[in-house]
Amino acid sequence: MKQKKYWQSFGELKSSENYQERVQDEFNELLDATSPRRDFLKYLGFSTAAAAAAASCEMPVKKSIPYLNKPDTIIPGVANYYATTYTLDGDAVPVVAKVRDGRPIKIEGNDLSSITKGGTSARVQASVLGLYDTARLRFPLANGKEVSTFDAFDKMVAEGMSGIAGKQVVLLTETISSPTTKSVIASFLAKYPGARHIQYDALSASGLLNANQASFGKRAIPSYQFDKAKTIVGLEADFLGTWLSPVEYARQYAAGRKIDQKNPAMSKHIQFEGMLSLTGANADDRFVHRPSEAAAVALNLYAAIGGSVSAPALSDDRLKKGIKLAADALKASGSASLVVSGSNDVTVQLIVNAINQQLGAYGNTIDWGTTLNTRQGDDAAMVQLVKDMNDGAVGALLIHGVNPVYDYFDAKKFESGLAKVAVSVSFNDREDETSVLCKFQIADHHFLESWGDAEMKSGYLSFIQPTIAPLFKTRAFQTSLLKWSGNDTSYGDYFKQYWSSKFGSQDAWDKALRDGVVETPASTSAGSYSGSAFASAASTVTAGKNSGKEIVLYSKVALGAGKEANNPWLQEMPDPITKATWDNYAVISFATAKELGIAVDDNYEVEVKKPVVKITVGKNELTLPVLVVPGMHKDVIAIAVGYGRSEKTGKAAANVGQNVFNLVSFNNTFSYSVANAAVEKTKETFKLAYTQTHNQYEGRDEVIREFALNEFKKNPTILKDKRDELVETFAKETGDYRAEGTLYPNHPYPGAKWGMSIDLNSCIGCGACTVACTSENNVAVVGKSEVLRSHEMHWLRIDRYYATYRDESGNDNLDDLNVVFMPMLCQHCDNAPCENVCPVNATNHSSEGLNQMTYNRCIGTRYCANNCPYKVRRFNWADYYGADSFPDNQRGKLDDSVMMMNEDLTRMVLNPDVTVRSRGVIEKCSFCVQRLQEGKLKAKKENRPLETGADGKWDIKTACQQACPTNAIVFGNVNDKNSPVSKIRNEEQTNRLFYSLEQLHVLPSVSYLAKIRNTDRQVGIVEEEHAAEAEHAEHKEEKKEAAAH
Amino acid sequence: MNKKTSCFRKLFSATILLTFLTLSLGANAQDGKALFNQKCASCHAIDKQLVGPALKGVEDRWDDKKMIYEWVRNSAAVIKKGYPRAVTVYNEFNKIQMTAFPELKDADIDAILTYINEGGSKAAAAATPADGATPASQSSESDSNLLYGILTIILAVIALILLQVNSNLRKMSDEAEGTSAAEPVPFYRNKVYIAVFAILLFLGGGYMLFQGAQGLGRSQNYQPEQPIYYSHKVHAGINQINCLYCHGGAQESKHANIPSVNVCMNCHMGINEYAKGPKIYREDGTEVDGTAEIQKLYKFAGWNPTTKQYTGEGKPIEWIRIHNLPDHVYFNHAQHVNAGKQQCQTCHGEIQKMGEVYQYADLSMGWCVNCHRETKVQFTDNKFYSIYEKFHEDLKNKKMDSVTVEKIGGTECQKCHY
Repeated sequence: MKQKKYWQSFGELKSSENYQERVQDEFNELLDATSPRRDFLKYLGFSTAAAAAAASCEMPVKKSIPYLNKPDTIIPGVANYYATTYTLDGDAVPVVAKVRDGRPIKIEGNDLSSITKGGTSARVQASVLGLYDTARLRFPLANGKEVSTFDAFDKMVAEGMSGIAGKQVVLLTETISSPTTKSVIASFLAKYPGARHIQYDALSASGLLNANQASFGKRAIPSYQFDKAKTIVGLEADFLGTWLSPVEYARQYAAGRKIDQKNPAMSKHIQFEGMLSLTGANADDRFVHRPSEAAAVALNLYAAIGGSVSAPALSDDRLKKGIKLAADALKASGSASLVVSGSNDVTVQLIVNAINQQLGAYGNTIDWGTTLNTRQGDDAAMVQLVKDMNDGAVGALLIHGVNPVYDYFDAKKFESGLAKVAVSVSFNDREDETSVLCKFQIADHHFLESWGDAEMKSGYLSFIQPTIAPLFKTRAFQTSLLKWSGNDTSYGDYFKQYWSSKFGSQDAWDKALRDGVVETPASTSAGSYSGSAFASAASTVTAGKNSGKEIVLYSKVALGAGKEANNPWLQEMPDPITKATWDNYAVISFATAKELGIAVDDNYEVEVKKPVVKITVGKNELTLPVLVVPGMHKDVIAIAVGYGRSEKTGKAAANVGQNVFNLVSFNNTFSYSVANAAVEKTKETFKLAYTQTHNQYEGRDEVIREFALNEFKKNPTILKDKRDELVETFAKETGDYRAEGTLYPNHPYPGAKWGMSIDLNSCIGCGACTVACTSENNVAVVGKSEVLRSHEMHWLRIDRYYATYRDESGNDNLDDLNVVFMPMLCQHCDNAPCENVCPVNATNHSSEGLNQMTYNRCIGTRYCANNCPYKVRRFNWADYYGADSFPDNQRGKLDDSVMMMNEDLTRMVLNPDVTVRSRGVIEKCSFCVQRLQEGKLKAKKENRPLETGADGKWDIKTACQQACPTNAIVFGNVNDKNSPVSKIRNEEQTNRLFYSLEQLHVLPSVSYLAKIRNTDRQVGIVEEEHAAEAEHAEHKEEKKEAAAH
Repeated sequence: MNKKTSCFRKLFSATILLTFLTLSLGANAQDGKALFNQKCASCHAIDKQLVGPALKGVEDRWDDKKMIYEWVRNSAAVIKKGYPRAVTVYNEFNKIQMTAFPELKDADIDAILTYINEGGSKAAAAATPADGATPASQSSESDSNLLYGILTIILAVIALILLQVNSNLRKMSDEAEGTSAAEPVPFYRNKVYIAVFAILLFLGGGYMLFQGAQGLGRSQNYQPEQPIYYSHKVHAGINQINCLYCHGGAQESKHANIPSVNVCMNCHMGINEYAKGPKIYREDGTEVDGTAEIQKLYKFAGWNPTTKQYTGEGKPIEWIRIHNLPDHVYFNHAQHVNAGKQQCQTCHGEIQKMGEVYQYADLSMGWCVNCHRETKVQFTDNKFYSIYEKFHEDLKNKKMDSVTVEKIGGTECQKCHY
């Protein structure tokens, strides 16, 4: 019989003694002191003397400075919320900024947007830290020197512009979806005859846009509706992580996969890809192929669903089976199907359009009535521009929001072209790779300082309003354009005029700004499809390669194309799949590792030193450390873009990873994959900081539960039965599992009792919650050197499990892979093992079910962390956030990026309601207790009972719950029978409900809902019953023994 | 006889009627007091002129009561109408418009008027909302401490005397029996005495060391000199301005907030000298020139008192912060003042009697926790507590007589530390 095993690392898969020993040291403690006892006494003496000296000093005099004239909307100590919009790289997400005492400190999704419904992503959550980025450009520069006033700057630019006689004026920007900005640009272009506006996306969707131009006569992207699809086939499209509009797609995707217990049904998702992406990890069935086979796979799929075309034969049997499986599912779902491809190849996209047309998806799951505006870049136009620049035809180049010297495939050529441009202006926010080569630099505001708007989908407007006065001497890019086109209106006024005249009344305009979004949905349309381009495209499709290594360039969920590389929150967020932080690397398959002679043995993951390989593509050579990940195509190497930024882009961005944009090639559109790569192992090694092997469950594998949909339908009460079994074992007489099995008295919960439910079927592992938690709770950034020592501080981590089968001969089939994500945070156990072992009662239980952590009582024994079965307690090994009385005492000991978080500017992001922890104390998830207290007080002030979600009214949402794009996390008062969390536990999802490691009788307050996969493969732990039986027998044995005594 | 009875009856019913009347009047005046304090007290006193006129006898000055109602709800409209008394008052008070209270109904205004008429004499008593409970209980505590101390000393002296008598008696009996006694040891070389003394010294010294260490970082009675001599006694005491008028944040926010300068100017645009009040003195006995202090305020506000115009050169006042809590303590004023209905004086002492403010409580954790143990929550008045079903039942069944803050978790760590 085949056995299935859940594992996080290769070491765990084999689970040898050696490995166990290595991971047991949770915090990787290395004591290198030669005489620790003497040192201890010395330190004791010194600290006593220091404390006495410090105490005899006078208390510092503090000042309280009230406003001179207080605005009536501001009460110091009470947060205000302003609707605005996150914008970067063309992406736009409607958000609400929390402003406390004049400082934006947290970003939430805007619930009023029907596109995101309040969902966010890790990058959106982290964007508030970008406002306080120390590397931002603080004043305008001309030829690298500060210009004191904007007027002087304008004069210099005007002089420059007047001298370019007859040459082109080009405005080079990221995709712009803002109606007012477009109108400003139009008036600017009108001022300079022959001027052009070029939009350039570093991660381009030109292939899709051009294919749509050919198929539908519109260079646009339709609205995909994943929630309406019964079968979803993804072809190299990471639509849950990075493709086009992931926040929107994640919400829709999860909506189609919510399980109604009475009638379990969900969409089926099949993914074809070369590397293991976040989306692939969530797929029900997943098949791998080479990137060069992408077109062939698409065409074979088209043929298999009945398209009349002869497709080149594929060599891989498993892939062929996969295409048949996908085709059958698609045919069965008919028009409720959706096929998407992330390829930037026009041919592939044309075939995908043909597939969707054949299935009848247009007008059903794909809506041409509303189009997506966040990607409009034209690769060919960009290439043409670079040519023009080199030909000396461009007189002025104005650059906003793009960084071609870093992310253009032929950066050298762009650089040489830029040198020939007489007037080059950069509006970028920092002295990035492109800006430093420009003559003029005048930074645009951060979006939290700006006025503006975005129309991310046609008819769906979202407004941007400033939440803080500009921190530095920056100016809106549109104001500059207006000025240089002879209009002295500031963009803020222009924007207000534009919209208030459109909205007619002041009230309507005020409401629009307050809500942040105005939506005028159009009716669904199927578009008018023309298949003419398809036929010629299909004829060019070849079978692809079947030997040699191929490279996939991908973008990470956290970092995207690399604009936010100087954001330590994003750098330290573990990648959803590899769990690595602070670096990029070559992700290779098990087979490639074997070929290269890299041993994937017990110590593979515990050893942080990774072998370095040399990758050669044509003339390009680069050396990168490797990470072995299952689920990769055996000959595919995946490398993330967005790393390797220059020194001036910031302390967190510089010297982290390597830039691989030079591996991109251009063939009508940019291509993000490379065939014919050579790879060889070098003798070097490189330390990679990844959290994969931290926080192990000591071999306990009842942490997660997963079932196949069919199996679950057949046996829906399997989890319930298990729980009954526990009751039978532990509380046979009373039937009260809660009360029995512990010597300690039960905690009474007279008022509220907090509880959380996490739906593993909705969780896609995107990490938005991790960053939201970091932002809300002042969780420290520890830097790469500390992550290497397992000292990362995240209160909420997402455990990534691989599940593979092991056959009788003990071999693991790594192709047949499932990936499960599980958010793991303090479970707030009602019978908490950490509480009993604390010698100073620094962690104890509240009457509302919180496992409280009191930092000022903690003496740092770490007994609690030792005794926690979930390994969620984190220890402050250093003064990461500058909480000590002696400032700067860690400089030189911690990474520069951590010290950057200690600067006054960066510390403005701290939540003033949460203590900044000092060195030597344990910390962990508090269920956002500051939000609980605030919500309760709100209800008290309004003299009414607390609302915890009944009838959609919420006084309290935890940061992770609020950030989640898929509503996987529900939090509330368990004592309230009408709260969603009670309903999930007691009525709606009784069958999928489980508690992690329930048999330990720690009585967690976090419940999970089992993962369901819509697949015919076997899913879940098959050997489990035997294990349970064995355990049962053991207990019987013990009882007998006890009786004998 | 008959006549007598009827006389009695009449007297009896009259008494009852009178009682009822006074009772109902009392209730009315009670509401009126609350309303007065909430709405009027920041600008008006009953028998003193503040920003607005003294309100005593207001009904006599206004011949039409309906106009009073209208005036309170929207004074601008009444002035516009040209009602003579309204115009006079408006002009008399430098054309400062009275805040409109459209939410006040006729009955409410009646209640306020009743309070003004009735409670004028009681106002002084009502003006000190301090519930002297805290200081009183503390003084009684210190009394009993003293008592215990004296008792201990008396008992110790008696024990000493008895010991001495005992040893003398033993000596005498020894002498009588002829047994030779050991050479007497002087008490300062007596090992028992030395041991007892050493132990006492150790305990006493330890106690003092502990107290001293615990007191580090606490600053009870801290009374710094402020940039302006601002007297709470004058404002909150003599003129009875409601605390929340200036410290409005206490209702909504974690911070009570020191008022911004424009709040001061609401009143001080009109009040530009300190003339009528009693003399005020600093701690060191020097007299404070109130008018000069008001001039300081004008400087901060950027107000030119002669032209009655803002110069636009104002700057915020840098007050010295008195009440400091460590960073790891979360304290919320709204929780205590708004939800908990606590008086400011409970923690800040008799602020209405302070010249410059000093820190009344030591703000130690023990002090917080003690109060949480004793204070009852607004359990039945606030619907928030309806979720505590068991406690409500226990209260009904008299198993419990009240619910203290501690009972609903008010002494748990994460109520204040997070």
